[in-house]
Amino acid sequence: MGKLYKFLKYFFITFWAVFVVAPFLWALTTSFKDFNSVNGGATYIPWVDFEPKLEGWRVLIKSPANGGVDIIEPYFNSLFVTCTASLISIVLGTLSAYALSRFTFKAGFVKNNDITFFFISQRIMPPIVLSIPFFLFLGAINLLDSLIGLIIVYIVLLMPIAVWIMVDFFNKVPREIDETALIDGCNPYQAFFKVVLPNSIPGLIVAGMFCIIFGWIDFFFAFILTFTEVQLLPVKIVALNSSITPWWSLSASALVSVAPLIIVAFIVERYLSKGNLSGAIK
Amino acid sequence: MNFKQKYVFLFPGLFVLIGILIFPIIFVVRLSLSGWNSYNGLNFIGLENYIRLFTDDPRFWESFFRLSFLSVTTVILQYVIGFALAHMVWKDIKFQRFFRVLFLIPMMTTPVIMTVIWRTFFHESLGPVNDILSNFGMSPKWLTDPVLAKVTVIIVEVWQWTPFMFLLLLAGLLSLPKEPFLAAAIDGASPIRKFLYVTFPLMAPISIGAIIIRLIEASKIMDTVYVLTSGGPGTSTETSSFYIFIKGLREFQMGYAASMSFTYLIIMIISLTVIAKVLTKLMLKD
Repeated sequence: MGKLYKFLKYFFITFWAVFVVAPFLWALTTSFKDFNSVNGGATYIPWVDFEPKLEGWRVLIKSPANGGVDIIEPYFNSLFVTCTASLISIVLGTLSAYALSRFTFKAGFVKNNDITFFFISQRIMPPIVLSIPFFLFLGAINLLDSLIGLIIVYIVLLMPIAVWIMVDFFNKVPREIDETALIDGCNPYQAFFKVVLPNSIPGLIVAGMFCIIFGWIDFFFAFILTFTEVQLLPVKIVALNSSITPWWSLSASALVSVAPLIIVAFIVERYLSKGNLSGAIK
Repeated sequence: MNFKQKYVFLFPGLFVLIGILIFPIIFVVRLSLSGWNSYNGLNFIGLENYIRLFTDDPRFWESFFRLSFLSVTTVILQYVIGFALAHMVWKDIKFQRFFRVLFLIPMMTTPVIMTVIWRTFFHESLGPVNDILSNFGMSPKWLTDPVLAKVTVIIVEVWQWTPFMFLLLLAGLLSLPKEPFLAAAIDGASPIRKFLYVTFPLMAPISIGAIIIRLIEASKIMDTVYVLTSGGPGTSTETSSFYIFIKGLREFQMGYAASMSFTYLIIMIISLTVIAKVLTKLMLKD
């Protein structure tokens, strides 16, 4: 029984690990191929199955006029939009989350829980429902196809995540901390900024990482609300996919695009092992 | 605690969110009661769009049932696999941190970009899957067969989002109290009984939360489908979002698309509430 279980366990884990890695490995080998080694059927091992070429990686830094794929500008656009929207969402979301965790609000039948639910429930909204009015509205105020327009939309996507994680986190920070600070003569702002916030860094990091993940991986809004002036990375890669871009440069650009967030996996795991995440994610 | 300053904390976030959302939402409702074309703008036509939707558009309802099927299937698979993986790397295993990081990686990658890779992976003549299967004399049409296209979408979705389930469940497992497990060990419970009577019930609230969160996200499936199959072959992988997208932003029937998206939103809210209630009843009945 024990032995069989152990065997099955390692078998399953290995199987899943191979499944997780497979597309990355495939993309990595493909990125070193050229026309012959792609179109002759699937090949796997460089030097044995095919002669590796660097063409796929070279086009990343070439200018578009010379046949480059031109992903550098979309890269920085994506970085800028994701970081700005995450920062704004975290700042506003953290303040609101603190208020919802510490103070009581009541307006008619609306109480703290209802306000928290209002924030979080924005995740239920299918993007398509908002996309049509956003499309028309941003068009009306001339922000269609602009970075600012995208940042505004991304705040709606990310603030619910920030509020959700931070409300939970603040609920676990002992109230005595702020109360002591208040007794010592701080006003509520000082109590928050000087005492509570420094104690909330793990929560802020987790919330920040989730905002960055969900901002960085979004495709839909960027796809609908931008055209030519501003391009975000996912939209650019998909555009490459539908044009005649060969597999090798497609694979190389895809790998470069997904690489940065893989670091986040390490950070998340660290917080998971320390037990900080269980407080942040309920 | 109560201070006047509490509003200063709450209001910026709340008002920014409401400010961004209120006009679009009102506008969707207004638009759904209108005909719209780019020449003469909005003209009020009452419930006509809704009547058309409920009496004369089987394609919308087919896409909705397809979406329900796809999201329920993927979420169940993600939950079962995610729970199994989380339970396996929970304790005493070699290379624990390595596997934990590895199993988290897919959710950090952009779905559409990975889907571009998956497209080459499942390519009928040049992809590795069919290269291996061809040794056994098979060459399935992963992207152009109505049934297999759905399977491909499910495989890609499971690859992409099982890590999220894994993360939530592992965080849950790591936060469980130790006492019930000690008690079970003292009673000499077998591993299977320990799982069924201790771990699983303790994990029920977290499981419900994780399933609901994933169902919410899965109900938006669209990116993957758009890149992988563009809803095809025919309409066999078309989801609600994708159909609304085609009607609204490809054929520019904005009024009709708005009425569909509003209906879709209402159905989503109702069914998710019902699912949450049912799951809570089933899993927390003791």
